[in-house]
Amino acid sequence: MSGWAWIRLHVIFVYLFMFLPVAVVVLLSFNESQFGSFPMTGFSLRWFVELWNNDAIIRAFQVSFLLGALTALISTALGVLAALALVRYDFPGKQFMSTILIAPILVPEVVLAVALLLFLQFLSLPKSFPLLLLGHVIFTMPFVVLVVQARLVGITRNVEEASLSLGASPVQTFFAVTLPLLAPAIFAGGLFAFTISFDDITGTLFWKPGGIETVPTQIFAMLRNSISPEINALGTVMIVLTVGLPLLGAALARRIASRRGG
Amino acid sequence: MDTPAVELTDIVKEFGAFTAVHRMSLSIPEGSFVTLLGPSGCGKTTTLRMVAGLLDPTDGEIRIKGSRVNEVPIHKRNLGLVFQNYALFPHKTVYDNVAFGLKYRDVSKSEIATKVEAALELVQLPHLGDRYPRQLSGGQQQRIALARAIVIEPDVLLLDEPLSALDANLREDMRVELKRIQHRLGVTTIFVTHDQSEALAMSDFIVVMSAGVVEQVGAPEAVYNTPASEFVARFLGASNIFPARTTEVNGEDAVVDVEPFGNLHVPIDRARGARAGAGGKLVVRAEHLTLRATDAPTDSGSIRIDGRVETVDYQGQAVRYFVRVGERQLQAINMIDGRPFAEGSEVALHLRPRECALLPGDAA
Repeated sequence: MSGWAWIRLHVIFVYLFMFLPVAVVVLLSFNESQFGSFPMTGFSLRWFVELWNNDAIIRAFQVSFLLGALTALISTALGVLAALALVRYDFPGKQFMSTILIAPILVPEVVLAVALLLFLQFLSLPKSFPLLLLGHVIFTMPFVVLVVQARLVGITRNVEEASLSLGASPVQTFFAVTLPLLAPAIFAGGLFAFTISFDDITGTLFWKPGGIETVPTQIFAMLRNSISPEINALGTVMIVLTVGLPLLGAALARRIASRRGG
Repeated sequence: MDTPAVELTDIVKEFGAFTAVHRMSLSIPEGSFVTLLGPSGCGKTTTLRMVAGLLDPTDGEIRIKGSRVNEVPIHKRNLGLVFQNYALFPHKTVYDNVAFGLKYRDVSKSEIATKVEAALELVQLPHLGDRYPRQLSGGQQQRIALARAIVIEPDVLLLDEPLSALDANLREDMRVELKRIQHRLGVTTIFVTHDQSEALAMSDFIVVMSAGVVEQVGAPEAVYNTPASEFVARFLGASNIFPARTTEVNGEDAVVDVEPFGNLHVPIDRARGARAGAGGKLVVRAEHLTLRATDAPTDSGSIRIDGRVETVDYQGQAVRYFVRVGERQLQAINMIDGRPFAEGSEVALHLRPRECALLPGDAA
């Protein structure tokens, strides 16, 4: 067998290993049988219907969407400001600040989760939704900072200087020139923040107050009782959302770009 | 005298321990085209950015149309700025790019349309209004950048190496074009370049800078023919520089003793500051050394020395020769008249002393 054929075979196996379990989940979510396993007994959407009628899951979805959306909003706003400071301004300790901002994605999430929890205890604050949100912002913001920073470096300072010379104040320049040019990166960063927040479980398990469940923690809780086929359906919905949303976003961004004479 | 359009008084710019501009003073008359010329790092762009308001001078005063602008932020200075990389707004159409500055001024919509059209007409791209910058060539983008800068009727037009990113042919076209537009509008223009041919072709006067210091200010011919320093002589064109000693100064000439030519009579207006007995340097432009056959007669007013051609650098309508004369290698640039001399040929170098220039200073 030639070297290339070996490599090809190898790649196929790696992909199978990665995606076969996911494919099984999706496939089984359409299984009629009430046991979430093979053999399949027929095609049915009943588990999706049941999912829809499960109040706990619908609530979890609402929480996850709200949490994801707010995380994306706050992370993006703060991340854009941080990226602007790091790229466009000089200040003492800049290198240090840059490292600190990126650190949350380097520290293991469990460590971060425990640390924040201990910190809250130290301040004798009870767990609450805003604190859960704070936790999500901490570990999604680095992604926004990285993406926006990379884009900002590519926007020559001359464009902003031209705008200033033409009579636009620094604030007007930001809104008329810098922000529109940053838009794709801000959009991408926000999408990142949303999807990361949406399927996070480690931090969420530590931080969530009693009575609040997100979709991942709900699945986790359901798994402890039984392996219901509903979980397969839920998994399929999650995959569609977390894979589909960024793809949709990217397609949309490309549409906008091409209309500007790409 | 009229108030100068731009006046720099004792401008200093320091970046930490590094001084980019040393006590520079310069007065730029209304409507003139001034070039800041020098190698990279000489402080020319720093100076331009201080006039623009993109950098604050460490010391000194900048006046535009008579009033001090040190404390005026860039967006209130009413300047037109054009960059080497065009810096058009990529997310706006050509029309919106040009209209940008007018939107921050008290100009009605219909008036904006008229002015933008006139500006696009002036740069000869009237039909590109609804295109986006990336759909245009480099030369077209630079014209749009120019239109965007002039449409606001700036007090001063600042051009930072605007032609350097263009191809050689286009660069020469744009040079003519830029000069035409500047003439037509009569706008005071400060042009920064490291390209001597751009500076010589376009400027009313040239400011030659080196290491943060102004070496010479003068009309192109003056800077070229009577350089004020060895740096200027070497930076503009190709020159041969010889250590010299002035033996006598009379009403018309300075008599200069130079190896290997002997005594030369340099006109006094080309030997400013010459004193009998003082040292100095004699500058002979490469195009003022003419190669002739060894048996050709010597014109009156010329002197000749013999040499041997070492290298021939053929340039189309001209040839650059490197000629060995004794210990030295001299450069000569001659227009081609018939066939160029071959490498290794024995030639006579002819030189008119009245085309030389004497720099005062110590003989090396």
